[in-house]
Amino acid sequence: MRLTGAQALIKSLEHQGVEVIFGLPGGAILPVYDPIIDSSIRHILVRHEQGAGHMAEGYAQVTGKPGVAMVTSGPGATNIVTPLADAYMDSVPIVVISGQVPTSAIGTDAFQECDTTGITMGVTKHNWLVTNAQDIPQVIADAFYVAQSGRPGPVLVDIPKDVSNSFMEYYQPEPSDLPGYKPPKEPELEKVRQAIELILNSKRPVIYLGGGSLKSRATDLVYELATKTGIPVVTTLMARGAFPDSHPLCLGMPGMHGNYTAVTSMQKSDLLIALGARFDDRVTGKVSAFAPQAKVIHADIDAAEIGKVRKPDVALLGDLKATLKLLINELNYHSQGLPLDLSEWLETIRQWQQKYPLTYNRDARDVLKPQFVIETIGKLSPTDTIVVAGVGQHQMWTSQFWKFEKPYTWVNSGGLGTMGFAVPAAIGAKVGKPESMVWTIDGDGCFQMTAQELVTATSERIPIKVAILNNAYLGMVRQWQHMFYEERYSEVYLSPDLPDYVGWAESMGCVGFRVEHPEDVEPVVEKANEITDRPVVIDFRIDVMERVFPMVPAGASNDEIIIGPEGGF
Amino acid sequence: MVELSNQDSPQRHLLSVLVENKAGVLARVAGLFARRGFNIFSLAVAPTNDERFSRLTMVVDVESSPLSQIINQLDKLINVVEIFELSPAKAVQKELLLATIKTDAQNRGQVITHVGVFGGKVIDVGQDCLTVELVGEPESLDAFEQIISPFGIVNIQRTGTVALPKLS
Repeated sequence: MRLTGAQALIKSLEHQGVEVIFGLPGGAILPVYDPIIDSSIRHILVRHEQGAGHMAEGYAQVTGKPGVAMVTSGPGATNIVTPLADAYMDSVPIVVISGQVPTSAIGTDAFQECDTTGITMGVTKHNWLVTNAQDIPQVIADAFYVAQSGRPGPVLVDIPKDVSNSFMEYYQPEPSDLPGYKPPKEPELEKVRQAIELILNSKRPVIYLGGGSLKSRATDLVYELATKTGIPVVTTLMARGAFPDSHPLCLGMPGMHGNYTAVTSMQKSDLLIALGARFDDRVTGKVSAFAPQAKVIHADIDAAEIGKVRKPDVALLGDLKATLKLLINELNYHSQGLPLDLSEWLETIRQWQQKYPLTYNRDARDVLKPQFVIETIGKLSPTDTIVVAGVGQHQMWTSQFWKFEKPYTWVNSGGLGTMGFAVPAAIGAKVGKPESMVWTIDGDGCFQMTAQELVTATSERIPIKVAILNNAYLGMVRQWQHMFYEERYSEVYLSPDLPDYVGWAESMGCVGFRVEHPEDVEPVVEKANEITDRPVVIDFRIDVMERVFPMVPAGASNDEIIIGPEGGF
Repeated sequence: MVELSNQDSPQRHLLSVLVENKAGVLARVAGLFARRGFNIFSLAVAPTNDERFSRLTMVVDVESSPLSQIINQLDKLINVVEIFELSPAKAVQKELLLATIKTDAQNRGQVITHVGVFGGKVIDVGQDCLTVELVGEPESLDAFEQIISPFGIVNIQRTGTVALPKLS
């Protein structure tokens, strides 16, 4: 079948089962936009290419399928660098197709030319510059394979305009066989047995559950391991929902803004079982003081993560699902000793939980507490509601106070910390899971970065809900200036009324509400939950000076955790 | 695939890296070293007998990052096919040096003698200088450089080490 490169590209995407492309056309990608008209693939026209990238991420995070974004050359490509970097840090499989100036013009500083593959080399798992239309089906197959397999991540395929315009003979691609890319499968049995030995002999074990458990779709097996052994589980920012918060063994989020019990149980543990986690600095605090008595079992699919920060006693290199199957299988030979007798350890943990629960001033009547807003939205929304956050205080409060019961219900920007992530990511999530309610918890600073994508949401009928926790500040920065810069506030004030969020929302075709008093939260959220035909934005005027606690100061040991504000909540 | 020798950990390690012979591969390797803060001491790259692959011989400095981290990160590059660490005892190593050395009528013979002792050759002769070539193990080139530097080195170019595993 004789096709143009552009037609072959769209056909290749269809062949990969792509349902939706988030994108924005331009000169160099023009030829590819013509066959889109005749394709079964839905195209969602974004208002800024950054939005396309985060939508693809949100889609991928909730469906497990790669998200696809399409942009033109030059500024189109540079605008999507942030989502690529974000996806790279959080191991999110996205495939970005970018247009490029014609091959004859490459290197001549042509209009809208930039070195896209060069620029994105450090923020993609791999990228390709296609120089021959005949290569397109195979490159697309390879791109999807690389994005999804092993440790997932973003890839980019750059296609010059003459390549998409030239003719080729279409073919079904071969299964990918890349000589330099062989993702590990499962760990050696010997290592698994060593891990079992450590588990059986541990007195204060903790499962340190990371986002890899979701990427590997291994959460059922994590549940089985935890409940079979009786070992408590901390769920990192990227793993919220991977183990249900309501389970007695769930200790919640560790790290800089983790709860006291999660942080301290890791500190005092004698065995950390890290499953798809990467010992991020936000979790470990000062590395040399992190979990000093703990032996470490580190299960990960990326050999470069093992020993990068903390040298493990047993390394389990492989897919987490395969690893957990082996672990559970081996554990079954020791079933008489299971669950482990951890009564003393679990009792210590209970005492910490009772003494230092996550809390805030629940009695506040004159000001609106952000935690109360989050809890109320959580209470009034179905348990499979997907909640999406940006980056900052609102993100930490959401991770702390939302009750996560199911995997793939939490989408946020963890590693890169991308402000403005939430609105477009929520749109992508809603496209991927149209039957689920999608709530965005956003900050006022974040919202202003990408709010224009609500125009996309309205015009494409993607009814997400957005709660702006409006404290008129770049709140997390202000919190650091409060605590570590002697309350010298530098360039963090934003104004609660400028922009007028309700008016702005309405101008973008959304329903806009404003809530200033605690008693109005419930009725307005109920009203918002009844609206299913368009996006809703609620401007919550929250307590301006509220801070996120607990907090481990940057660079400090996790033992130096600050429980709450001076003088209590 | 990664194969690590069990030698002690000196500052510098010799890596033999088989890569796909594709546009931009060197940029990927160099970019990885730059963004991860790894140091390359020397680098030599050329195609192999199989046109699909090139071999890259690099001497890396492990002061900033442990060798395993460098190798594991390198191995994640899709175009990197195979990485061997070559321990000095189990590898043949060679490097080529070209040097233009100042000489006058009096010391010209002396310089030529030194070149001969190291097994090098004079390959170009000028009014008041000589250009010589020398192939040898990197340490022997270091020694040669030291010996000739008092005469005055006008120009020097070394290729960086290339190496292959010893057969026995």
